[in-house]
Amino acid sequence: MPKKKASKERVLSGVHFMLGNYATVEGAISAGCNYFAGYPITPANEISERMSQRLPQVGGKFVQGEDELCSVFSLAGAALAGGKVMTATASAGYNYMQEGLGYCYAIEAPMVIVDVQRTRGDNFASQADVYQMRYGASGDYEAIVVCPSSVQELYDYTIWAFNLAEEYRNPVIVMSETTIALMRERLDIPTADKIELYDRRYTKKTPDEYHPFEALANQCPEAAPIGEGYHTIYSLNPHDEYGNIDWDPIVFDNLYKRVTGKITENADKICRTESYMMDDADYAIVTYGSEFRPSIDAVETARKEGIKLGVLKLCNVWPVPENAICEVAGNVKKIFSVEMNLGKYVREIERASKNKCEVVSVTKNRGFVHTTDEIMTEIRKGVL
Amino acid sequence: MADIKINPRRKYLRPEKLPHFFCSGCGCGQVLNYYTQALEELDMDPEKMVHIGGVGCTARIPVYIKTDMLHGVHGRTLAWATGIKMMKPDLPVVIFAGDGDLVSIGGNHMIQAARRNLDVTVVMVDNMNFAMTGGQVAPTTPEESVTMTTPYGSAEPRFDTCRLAIAAGATHVERWTTADRVQCKDAMKRALQHKGFSLIEIVSQCPTHYGRYALGTGDPQKVIDWIKDHTYKLTTADSISEEEKSGKLPCGEFYRVSRPIYQGTTVMSGKEDK
Ligand SMILES: Cc1ncc(C[n+]2csc(CCOP(=O)(O)OP(=O)(O)O)c2C)c(N)n1
Repeated sequence: MPKKKASKERVLSGVHFMLGNYATVEGAISAGCNYFAGYPITPANEISERMSQRLPQVGGKFVQGEDELCSVFSLAGAALAGGKVMTATASAGYNYMQEGLGYCYAIEAPMVIVDVQRTRGDNFASQADVYQMRYGASGDYEAIVVCPSSVQELYDYTIWAFNLAEEYRNPVIVMSETTIALMRERLDIPTADKIELYDRRYTKKTPDEYHPFEALANQCPEAAPIGEGYHTIYSLNPHDEYGNIDWDPIVFDNLYKRVTGKITENADKICRTESYMMDDADYAIVTYGSEFRPSIDAVETARKEGIKLGVLKLCNVWPVPENAICEVAGNVKKIFSVEMNLGKYVREIERASKNKCEVVSVTKNRGFVHTTDEIMTEIRKGVL
Repeated sequence: MADIKINPRRKYLRPEKLPHFFCSGCGCGQVLNYYTQALEELDMDPEKMVHIGGVGCTARIPVYIKTDMLHGVHGRTLAWATGIKMMKPDLPVVIFAGDGDLVSIGGNHMIQAARRNLDVTVVMVDNMNFAMTGGQVAPTTPEESVTMTTPYGSAEPRFDTCRLAIAAGATHVERWTTADRVQCKDAMKRALQHKGFSLIEIVSQCPTHYGRYALGTGDPQKVIDWIKDHTYKLTTADSISEEEKSGKLPCGEFYRVSRPIYQGTTVMSGKEDK
């Protein structure tokens, strides 16, 4: 994978007090994003607005399209034309992007999609779309979804998302949330030489030697520039390694196993988790996104009360960090799955726990993150 | 042994894809033929271009061209093209779209791309129905036509796609029929050389569906004759009475003007090349 450092002119190194949505933009600019298409929706608007200002400054292109379908399909075109591309939307807009996402998974187009999750019709906080992040499009595919919990992580994870997209030639979703997107916090932007970037692998083969969708079972194919003689068909339809549209059962099988395999077989390389006070923990909260914030406070309170509680923070929800969750399940008496919906991702946690411990679902869908007290109430009940 | 002559324009095609999948008598093959003639006369290499088809019979046309192509999603051709043109403004992009693809599901993308004057060529094959799905009514179906979803005749008026495109801001708009061999080819040549949004509508015969259901014939020649009877040329429009024109589509070069092309929604260095 060709690695390089971020370019100096793009990185606003220094300490900032910055809005989460702006931090997302700066992460993208640092990562080399040169195409953004968006459609207005709160609470993602500040991303489009700042992009419209920043991208032309660094030689990129900004498009406000007619709808989210324009956003996502123009991203596909721009990505095939060599761009590092991003769009941002919020739940209702992400619905519309599913058709385009299906295409992008199929032709293996690298791109970053920021979904600032919100409640239906207004901008209250929610994690109710955690399954849609992964399962919205038709057909077989695997998604990569990263879930920041702070303004700093919005910056860091957006860069990570671009790197994952380039490495696996897959759309990568940044699951943002109203909470952190509209929050101002300290943001430390490192110097450009500290930011490592990956770029997709371009083929060195001639058009005659090049097979556009040929790759090992757990890898993505090499890319080729468009309009330079590689005459590739980028079709949603099942295609063989030559790019020929074909409904042969073997073609189906090879294609779908490879596009899913390149993610599932590399899940350990992709997945990241962080542990807090887990070394001696009897109980663990497993959580993601902004719900990490009250969870870490709950650990402090619990420890004062003599409850040995720790937190496993999932930095990405898809692919599921199965091994990390399973390991925790083997070491504690109970897992508390804390999330801002009526209990969705808890199913993944239960599955990954392999019955090694009980999993308690701590849920809330009232437009606000859990308070520490609310979490503690469930913990106290659970440790009785 | 007789000399086997190979069509010189076969070099533009993917031989492994032939024979094509169009029904016999379908207009899509003619459109492909006229298009490769246009390429040849302009000495343009499809390998140095990008072609786009959405979903539908028409969308299959570029699958036979040896070129980089995007395919397989219904109606989003102009959204794809927008991204490509923003990254590679000098790369020629040509879209083949059915009437359903362009003005039904993709209607808003078409209107907005025309408004922005996106620098692409759109060839719309207007076969007056949704062909690939089996002959349902389309926004371009003539009024009162019987189709698979209008058993009592279509109660909806039809779109005049060319007028729509001009009103939206397209800078080059022409309509011809598959019977207009030379005109189709020349129109495509003009479109390929035009800087800005070109729409070439080609009214085409679908003997399998529109022919059989709406016109009561699966004979391609009879469908072409019907199309000829239901269109007229702009050049002779003055000599035809308004009564005779009613319900018929005009054909010709409607509009060709120069206007700055789309380079993004906000551009720092002002107007660059026109
Ligand atoms: C999102 C979506 N909706 C519907 C379809 C089914 N479909 C396949 S082709 C087609 C339209 C065909 O009509 P047209 O675009 O006019 O092209 P033609 O086949 O007539 O050339 C439709 C609706 C689809 N593939 N995708």
